Amino acid sequence: MEQKKVRRWNTWDNPWLNTKFLIGISIVILVVLFGLLGRIFWNVELAYVGSSPLNLPPVWQGGVPEHPLGTESNGRDMLAQLIVAIPSSFKVGLIAASVGMTAGLVLGSLAGYFGGWVDAVIRTLADAVVTIPTLAVLIVIAAFFTMRDTTSMALILAMFAWPGPTRIVRSQVLSLRERGYIRMAVLSGERPFGLMFREMLPNMLPWIAASITGNISGAILGATSLEALGLGPTRVPSLGTIINQAQTSSALIRGMVWWWFPPILVLMIIFTSFFLITTGLDEIANPRLRGLNK
Amino acid sequence: MSTINTENLILDAPTDAKKVLEVENLRVQYDTPRGAVRAADDVSFYLKEKEILGLVGESGCGKTTTAMAILQMVQSPGRIVGGQIRINGRNIVGIPESELRKYRWTELSLIPQGAMNSLNPVIKIKEQMADAIRAHENIKKKDLKPRILKLFNDVGLPERVYNMYPHELSGGMKQRVCIAMSIVLNPSVIIADEPTSALDVVVQRVVAQTILEVKERLGVSMIMIGHDMGLQAQMVDRVAVMYAGRLVEIGPVMKMFKNPTHPYTQLLIEAIPSIKEKKPLKVTEGLTHDLRNTPEGCIYQFRCEHVEDSCCNEPPRMYQVGIDHFVSCRHAAERARSMELLGGYHG
Amino acid sequence: MGGLTWNYILKRFSMFLLTFWLGSSLIFIIPRLAPGDPVSAMVVRIVMREGYMENAQEIIESWKERFGLNDPMAVQYVKYLGNVVQFDFGFSLARFPTDAWDIVLPALPWSIGLLSVASVISFIIGNTIGALMGWDKTPRWLKSILPFSLTFTAIPYFMFGLLLIFILAFKLHWLPASGGYGRGVDPGWNWEFIKSIIRHGTLPLLSIIITSSGGWALGMRGLMITANSEDHFLLAQAKGLSPRRVFLRYGVRNAIMPSLTAFALGLGGLVSGSTLVEFIFAYPGTGYTLFQAIQTQDYTVIEAVCNLMILITSGSVFFIDLLYPLLDPRITFKSNK
Repeated sequence: MEQKKVRRWNTWDNPWLNTKFLIGISIVILVVLFGLLGRIFWNVELAYVGSSPLNLPPVWQGGVPEHPLGTESNGRDMLAQLIVAIPSSFKVGLIAASVGMTAGLVLGSLAGYFGGWVDAVIRTLADAVVTIPTLAVLIVIAAFFTMRDTTSMALILAMFAWPGPTRIVRSQVLSLRERGYIRMAVLSGERPFGLMFREMLPNMLPWIAASITGNISGAILGATSLEALGLGPTRVPSLGTIINQAQTSSALIRGMVWWWFPPILVLMIIFTSFFLITTGLDEIANPRLRGLNK
Repeated sequence: MSTINTENLILDAPTDAKKVLEVENLRVQYDTPRGAVRAADDVSFYLKEKEILGLVGESGCGKTTTAMAILQMVQSPGRIVGGQIRINGRNIVGIPESELRKYRWTELSLIPQGAMNSLNPVIKIKEQMADAIRAHENIKKKDLKPRILKLFNDVGLPERVYNMYPHELSGGMKQRVCIAMSIVLNPSVIIADEPTSALDVVVQRVVAQTILEVKERLGVSMIMIGHDMGLQAQMVDRVAVMYAGRLVEIGPVMKMFKNPTHPYTQLLIEAIPSIKEKKPLKVTEGLTHDLRNTPEGCIYQFRCEHVEDSCCNEPPRMYQVGIDHFVSCRHAAERARSMELLGGYHG
Repeated sequence: MGGLTWNYILKRFSMFLLTFWLGSSLIFIIPRLAPGDPVSAMVVRIVMREGYMENAQEIIESWKERFGLNDPMAVQYVKYLGNVVQFDFGFSLARFPTDAWDIVLPALPWSIGLLSVASVISFIIGNTIGALMGWDKTPRWLKSILPFSLTFTAIPYFMFGLLLIFILAFKLHWLPASGGYGRGVDPGWNWEFIKSIIRHGTLPLLSIIITSSGGWALGMRGLMITANSEDHFLLAQAKGLSPRRVFLRYGVRNAIMPSLTAFALGLGGLVSGSTLVEFIFAYPGTGYTLFQAIQTQDYTVIEAVCNLMILITSGSVFFIDLLYPLLDPRITFKSNK
């Protein structure tokens, strides 16, 4: 007898081809490309004080083509500022998130694997750090250390980026440790630590990725908040600093929308696409969330 | 080929008892991205008054799906795509939710699988019992407690359980709470979904006893799902065997154990271990087919020892071979009939 | 057994103390890690900004003396912790004879009011939306509308606040853009004042609520989907309970617990975020006080506000911890085992 041909694995069944995830990733890539390629096509020197005429509106509101997005009260070209600011924001996010993730992976695996007092100490510390309002401590730090570059800011932000990944890795290790195939691997004489990474990492991947994206946008938010309060490195333009300068120069009241709005728009796009990536990853990791919209 | 006209084998069920539940051509399917899975296909049977019907089969054969369909609680992406389910003669398939709610628990109740998770952990037992009553009756507050305590008494639960939370009870006690809950409104039919499978052997025995007692006292009909053939043999009146979404045989339990008709039933009965004799473990060959691609003809053709060409062309129907006894295999039916004709079959 | 036990309260209270101690210690340590001492560091920054400061050296010396910066570090630390416990942070540096605490205290009711109203409303709205999104019996039309409420989820409160100021205050002139109450209004228990507070509070509240309820919604949706397939949820349906009762008592009632945990964990972020909201709305709370203290390099006030923020969050988490056992009888049961 002949069985009808069964339709096998469909490419679109691959969970990593999640719409939200893909849209988020593409937007992030576009924004990064804008920042990186922008400096080839545009003079970034215009991002500094006094390089351009003051208070020019964007070109569609009667400005000049030399400064298509207009200029602000200190004679900085808005387009050039954005081009300089975007990569630096991503740099802060990436450094802080990767340092935080590394710490989280190590601490989380230790806590989950060894349990007992190691777990208790790490978990309690993580819980405590999560509770502390980050901004309060960041403000104290920023008030006493002059932050000259974005790297030092990123490292400070990383101090608060580890509890999230630690929790996730810990709970994943705990739940995976109990699964049959891990037990089998231990019984077959594999070394605990190597095993943990080889066998467990593929399972944890979406969670870890979600945690990293969450941390990147968290760090960008932290940096932007400090900058918006006027505590960031002031010489290099950054998205938060532009908002701070617009705010302190009353750009809102003066109707200079082209000054305060572009950095906010860019940040909203960045945060929203990171959010899409995180929710997408969440659906990848947790199949039950998928296909509910049908 | 056989010479007996198979049409003659289909008789009207010569049964005098009232049928409280009739399932007719029930079809349930699960829609998956790679095609629909028929979890219950053309299932038909009836349940008589005061009868316990066992529903057995290997995991994934559709027994729980069938039970859930009777309760109209098939979970998405599954849905009932055809057939009728009649309780005391009234069909409940396709009636609106608000209508359906009136049948739930008053006519049809459930003793769930895994009582461990079937009670809401954050609500007291008394509240969960009361919820069921209040959903269907206007009961005075002062009448509530004596009524629940009486039910506890019926199933052998101490009174203190009334004010407790589920996590304070043992597994057996939780299962008793579930039994008490199932009879709170005197339903016509109780569906027990492997009511003892999560318990240890001793508790299993006691809980099974409780279920039987309750059933005797209330004169309720039950469908008991299970895979433990031994337990089934002791508890049920009739047993229904399912395979790959289809009902293959249904009949009085003693008859089925002594003289299994369908090849699959024979396999199941042979698989029951016995202390008296050591028999070689029979390896069941062949795999269940892909449920997305049901073959034409008999569902059991890939595993059947007696498969013939005709089995692969035309699906068998339910052939009656005795009182309340039906089988979904033409050849088995013929064999059973001829045995009966020859007088070799005494039931 | 269910309910609160002393053992549990004690455990959570020590967690609260630990968090508070950790936070305050960070605030003590950080300035002292800076090159030089806190006072010199501050004076240096003032000099850098203003270009010149009269008698800088003398001022540094007298301040050092007053703040006990010449003592050994351990002595300073113990003194500091003692002061923190008594909420005594010394004099404000910028407005010298005033006590730092007296500057912070009047701002406290504003912040607590804004924070509690915003967090409670967004928690309720967000969880309602999320629960409806995750429930299989939600009407189809509602289910297609609800996801739109997530649009602003990822946007920081203060950025959304700027948009709201621009549209609702400057363009449409519906609501005031800044301050806690109108200029001509007499503070006190009169209707005009209350009305003014509500009008001024609306925009800051909206910017927090609209951006933060999406987060709760998303979490609740996931929890609800899980709850939907729990055995007891199915049994409740089989019992023929009304869909509303099943939804509330067997769905939301169970899913709200982890959601509350997320709430406790998110409080730190909420406090941080509302600081910036106060800043852009010039709302007279502790966040705005902090901003002004940063502007004037007022070290003691910064210290006071930061300690207060840490106390508020860790205290609220402690409070939520105490609520748990009342909602979930298993909590103390497990921890006692």
